[in-house]
Amino acid sequence: MTQIVDLPDPEQLALRILRRERAAVASGLNLLDNKLAEARNRSARLLAALAGEHWLKDGHLIGITGPPGAGKSSLVAAMIREWRLSGRSVGVLAVDPSSRPELGGGALLGDRIRIKHASYDEGLFIRSLANRNQLGGVANEVWPMSWLMLACFDIVVIETVGVGQTEIDIAEIGDTVCYVAQPASGDTIQYLKSGIIEIPDIFAVNKADLGAAAHKTASEIGRSAPRQDRREDWDYPVCLVSATTHTGITAMLEHCDRHRSFLANAGWLDKLRLRHQRAWVVRLLKEEFGTFGLELLGGRHLIGQRLSENPSHQFAEYERMRKHIFSRFISINQPGSPTT
Amino acid sequence: MPAAPKDRDQPWLMRTYSGHSSAKASNELYRTNLAKGQTGLSVAFDLPTQTGYDADSPLARGEVGKVGVPISHIEDMDQLFAEIPLDKMNTSMTINATAAWLLSLYVGLAQRRGIAPSQLSGTTQNDIIKEYLSRGTYIYPPGPSMRLIADTINYTVKHVPKWNPTNVCSYHLQEAGATPVQELAYALCTAMAVLDRVKASGEIEAQAFPQVVERISFFVNAGIRFVEECCKLRAFGELWDQLTLTRYQVTDPKLRRFRYGVQVNSLGLTEAQPENNVQRIVLEMLAVVLSKRARARAIQLPAWNEAMGLPRPWDQQWALRMQQVMAFETDLLEYGDILDGSPVIAAKVSELIEGARREIENVEAQGGIIAAIESGYIKRELVGSHMDRLRAIESGDLKIIGVNCFQETAESPLTLGGDGAIMKTDPAAEREQIERLQAHRRNRNDAEVRAALQALTDAAKSGENVMPGSIRCALAGVSTGEWGDTLRAVFGEFRPPTGIDIAIDSRQVLGKKDQVSELRERVARTGNAIGRPLKLLVGKPGLDGHSNGAEQVAVKARDVGFEVVYDGIRLTPQQIAQAAQEEGVHVVGLSILSGSHMELVESVLQELRSRDLANLPVIAGGIIPREDAERLVALGVRAVYTPKDFSLNAIMGDIVDLVRECNGLERLGLLH
Repeated sequence: MTQIVDLPDPEQLALRILRRERAAVASGLNLLDNKLAEARNRSARLLAALAGEHWLKDGHLIGITGPPGAGKSSLVAAMIREWRLSGRSVGVLAVDPSSRPELGGGALLGDRIRIKHASYDEGLFIRSLANRNQLGGVANEVWPMSWLMLACFDIVVIETVGVGQTEIDIAEIGDTVCYVAQPASGDTIQYLKSGIIEIPDIFAVNKADLGAAAHKTASEIGRSAPRQDRREDWDYPVCLVSATTHTGITAMLEHCDRHRSFLANAGWLDKLRLRHQRAWVVRLLKEEFGTFGLELLGGRHLIGQRLSENPSHQFAEYERMRKHIFSRFISINQPGSPTT
Repeated sequence: MPAAPKDRDQPWLMRTYSGHSSAKASNELYRTNLAKGQTGLSVAFDLPTQTGYDADSPLARGEVGKVGVPISHIEDMDQLFAEIPLDKMNTSMTINATAAWLLSLYVGLAQRRGIAPSQLSGTTQNDIIKEYLSRGTYIYPPGPSMRLIADTINYTVKHVPKWNPTNVCSYHLQEAGATPVQELAYALCTAMAVLDRVKASGEIEAQAFPQVVERISFFVNAGIRFVEECCKLRAFGELWDQLTLTRYQVTDPKLRRFRYGVQVNSLGLTEAQPENNVQRIVLEMLAVVLSKRARARAIQLPAWNEAMGLPRPWDQQWALRMQQVMAFETDLLEYGDILDGSPVIAAKVSELIEGARREIENVEAQGGIIAAIESGYIKRELVGSHMDRLRAIESGDLKIIGVNCFQETAESPLTLGGDGAIMKTDPAAEREQIERLQAHRRNRNDAEVRAALQALTDAAKSGENVMPGSIRCALAGVSTGEWGDTLRAVFGEFRPPTGIDIAIDSRQVLGKKDQVSELRERVARTGNAIGRPLKLLVGKPGLDGHSNGAEQVAVKARDVGFEVVYDGIRLTPQQIAQAAQEEGVHVVGLSILSGSHMELVESVLQELRSRDLANLPVIAGGIIPREDAERLVALGVRAVYTPKDFSLNAIMGDIVDLVRECNGLERLGLLH
């Protein structure tokens, strides 16, 4: 295929991203979103170039989910205001649903308007994404994009609409998962029943200004949340917040910080991130090459092993595996090219 | 034989919606118009004045004096009404979020001239609900905004009894796509919300409440389907009569009369063969004068060339003469109601009444119009109706002469003049207004200004009526931006739902099915070829709030497979360029209807260049004269769309080709 798009040099781009150049961040996100064969090569190189010890230790990836109408965007806006006041830079990935493929697969990405602040802010970067009907409700691209942002922002927020499967996906991205509930909503009750409640680390009941209803919902969640014992030392806090009156936000952010320290002190933060990276690499290899491709690498188990052997360079390993599969394809299909 | 003059009814008030550049220039225009037989004034304010910004605010850049007159303080108001006797004039002000302020400037000016406020007559539009839905010059959230409306009503009922403090607008609902039934229903729901709010304020005693009901007037649209429109106005009258009786117990039928003014439809005016607009305007006027029982109290007609740009004095004169011919030459005003007793009309009126009742009940069941706006329900309904209309135009089911049929035309001598047949605003107006404002700030008593603003803050916080404090501000020389900011600090600002989150309504809203399928295929194929789905940013720079066009483009683009970023209205060029960068879009579409396209588009291009995005293609849409379109293309804009480009499918095809060209792919050409 002819080269029709100017693709950036990934190693150069990584340097600029680490220097927090906005244009480089934008261009890196575009690259990670690109499905052309050459772009996939360069994406793997970009991630490999960004990787390193600090990447597993620094920053904070926060997933925020909840039913439509719970006020997630307004809450995120309020959280951003606080983080920015304390001098922390913030990257946001806002995920909206796509229309069904037979209806064109288009999407209206309207979160910016709800999140963004009136004035220009160098320390805030928002990218909206469509979920593109991918299984699990979160597009595959969200994983690498969140890691890119983690390389240059203090806080990275991934905001998704909670529709069943999404919560499971979001748990595979974030260091910390927050569930935003709205008072007296059927969604929240369903949620409590569904068992997905075992995923979030922090619960926020928004619209606390509604009073009694909010307290009731908070206590319902409070009764259900601690039942699970995923991480026995974590207290699964339930906070009452109001994005409109800007109350409870600081307390919620303190819980976020506390959760991050909790993970770091227990030695789980880097392990969690490595596990997420590994899961994504396998998912992506499968998407690109299918089960047959995975078999060429010796199967899921072996792939997992190879990735774990060199934890801070999983993406370099990922790149090697892709090259390996390509070379196998080429030897099978001689003399054709695999990408025609 | 002509009838004796005594047998004729009094004609309606004749106005022309006008104002531009500066208070001085607008005053000259008003005096000329009055000399030509106009019987009232209708003031058009510029967008900074409408949205509570001073002329030297960064957001006002390029907008000062464009769509109307800039009024920054009481000296501007004085100049605007120089040599015009306020106690004899009937002045209508198209002003909403800042209505309390402009009314305060008017009352303050009257006081300064020794005229009692009770002598003043006129109208402030003062209807915030349609601003959230269509017109876009809102500032504050619904709660405080409704309170400001209640404050002006409570004040005028007591002190300016001849004033119409609010003009409930169905006009802009129709522009946003409302069907006659929706127009009736949402306007009446708005009126109920206003009256309920005034009642809840407790400022008016129960026995005086019918006087409040009587002061509520309406501002209505009339489209080209003039029989239906005439029936709509009769339906309005009947519904209002019943509503005021049952809901507000107004027993005196005189106080229940449906009083309304009209601007006929600008939405249906065409840029192609613009001379046809003359007959459209006349027929639309017929709808609001034909039935004596439902006749307009005041009429302002658009000019034939409004789809091309700002009308010139001669164009406005032509519009006024249409009214005068109707009122003084025809025999219309010699008869009683000529439609009474027609079973066809009666049936249509009951059909509209029934439809409106159902929709009113629907909105009431959702908690009233404010709740239905906050939930996005009404906006979605309107965007949906508007999409239906555009689809009908595209398919040819809705015929528009010269646009989708009978396009052949000889060259029109009307558009041959060197001025492009439109009015140019004075390019020095913005600078002069800023200088005037800054000089004014230097010459006033700062201590008085501070004290007046403090009193305004106190009133806003305590819930006391803001009118006396605002009049004090007016007399102290406070500026429009200072008044707006003071209340922003107390009330906060509002961002309404965009309405574009409507579901794809299967194939129904998509125009020609085959073209849509083809477009989807093209969008998907192009996305695959360049590696990621096509992403479009729809941006509205400046203060102009007419978002219907931008919304339609956004919805259509989504429906054919684009990922669309739409950030709503009132963005600075910097915010738009920043969004284009952060979002990684393939193309930027800008929509501007305020006439500030030259300044704003150039700033956006400059901001894009400063972010290494010089190659990102930009297209523009709006009421953009041909000459300006050529200049925009010379600046680097890739395409300019104006009202004559009615086919959204064709525009989508162009956008896909533009993205292809910018990414080294061959163009696919016209849709089949």
